[in-house]
Amino acid sequence: MIAVRKLVKRFGLKAVLRGLDFEVAPGEFVALLGPNGAGKTTFLRILASLTRPTLGEVRIGGYRLPHQAAAVRRLLGVVSHQPLLYGDLTAEENLVFFARMYDLPEPHRRIAEVLDLVGLASRRRDLVRTFSRGMQQRLAIGRAVLHDPSVMLFDEPHTGLDQDACTMLDTVLRDVAARGRTVVMTSHDLARAGDLATRFDVLSGGVVCASVQRSQVQPDDLLAFYRRALEDARLSKTASQGAVV
Amino acid sequence: MRAFWRALWAIVWKDLAAEVRSRELLSSMLVFALLVILVFDFALVLDVKARHSVTAGVLWVTFAFAGTLGLNRSMAQEKDRGCMDGLLLAPVDRSAIYFGKAIGNLFFMFIVEAVVLPVYSLLYNTNLFKPGLLLVVLLGSVGYVAVGTLLSAMAVQTRTRDVLLPILLFPLVIPVLIAAVNASTAFLQGWELAEISPWINLLLGYDVIFIAGAFMVFDYIVEE
Repeated sequence: MIAVRKLVKRFGLKAVLRGLDFEVAPGEFVALLGPNGAGKTTFLRILASLTRPTLGEVRIGGYRLPHQAAAVRRLLGVVSHQPLLYGDLTAEENLVFFARMYDLPEPHRRIAEVLDLVGLASRRRDLVRTFSRGMQQRLAIGRAVLHDPSVMLFDEPHTGLDQDACTMLDTVLRDVAARGRTVVMTSHDLARAGDLATRFDVLSGGVVCASVQRSQVQPDDLLAFYRRALEDARLSKTASQGAVV
Repeated sequence: MRAFWRALWAIVWKDLAAEVRSRELLSSMLVFALLVILVFDFALVLDVKARHSVTAGVLWVTFAFAGTLGLNRSMAQEKDRGCMDGLLLAPVDRSAIYFGKAIGNLFFMFIVEAVVLPVYSLLYNTNLFKPGLLLVVLLGSVGYVAVGTLLSAMAVQTRTRDVLLPILLFPLVIPVLIAAVNASTAFLQGWELAEISPWINLLLGYDVIFIAGAFMVFDYIVEE
């Protein structure tokens, strides 16, 4: 569903992604883990067609980025730590707006379904700026699934949420993933990622340095796997720098 | 093409609906515009002749300053909650986003002008309701908003967006302001059509060139 080859992204002289390879099969839920500054958000923004890659090939659903970006966008639903919603519109108005942007054929039926899915049907006529952070994030998921995308990209969706809101968000995320969608989620929260994902990739130094299936690692061992992957990446970087010197 | 128009009008509808609720953008533009007129009124109170000769200049300075406030605010609303990303994720030609925002901005500009013109007429005892002048206001506003919407999309991505927009915008809209001030003065003072038409042609040319230019480059400006 997603195929990335030798992806490079530079901001000026600074290379954030350095020849990243990444592949996701249809229906997989991949958690992309990594320290701050590893390039997770940049990578997700490239997949979302919000940032142009410097070099390399990105294909989603068979379409190439950035040349077939409009076709890719129709396949994508994106949730980030910002809600991407208008505070001065109601929940329903926000969804009506995005339904028009996606040119949905029966928007009102779909909007009612989505509001039920994220548990906000009773607050449909309330302004989004009156919503708690957790409610805004649930509505953001509603916005992202409105056009029934086959690929979901979540960029640290739990950021700024309290424990109850995180639990509620996890329920919605599981429901979204259970409908056969391909999901890529960046996260710092290993416990939550371990609970949701079917595969764990570690991003460090601008490349995917380790990858493991959920069946190959016990939930309790995920932290050890993550630390080992980062340590191996650090040692390999040191060794390559030594070889250059 | 249907998706393009649908997205374009969705953005216009969204901007108007949000403004009806918040009244942030229009109120700041209107208050600022009226204050500018009052300041000029006090500054020019002693010289009646000067008041008449600078009418067009005062009007266009007022529109330009109030317009900058509106352009900044309109694009800042898109950036504040990451809404611009929401727009860019839609599977439509990104020029629909540009034209949607530009039409919304133009609508707010027209409202400000619809308030400023009668207030100015009253304060300065000048009849501004002449069809020729209204045509100049229309053409000048289109050119100003065409460039302003493009540059505000660029400026909003920086930390210094409030300062950056006027710095980028005013040098680029100098041709519009010169042509608009001259054409407005010409209509107010009853010049011959042959003397007015070069300024109208300049406004028309500017509008066409900058709308076409914005259509071509907007995608590159909003994408990192």
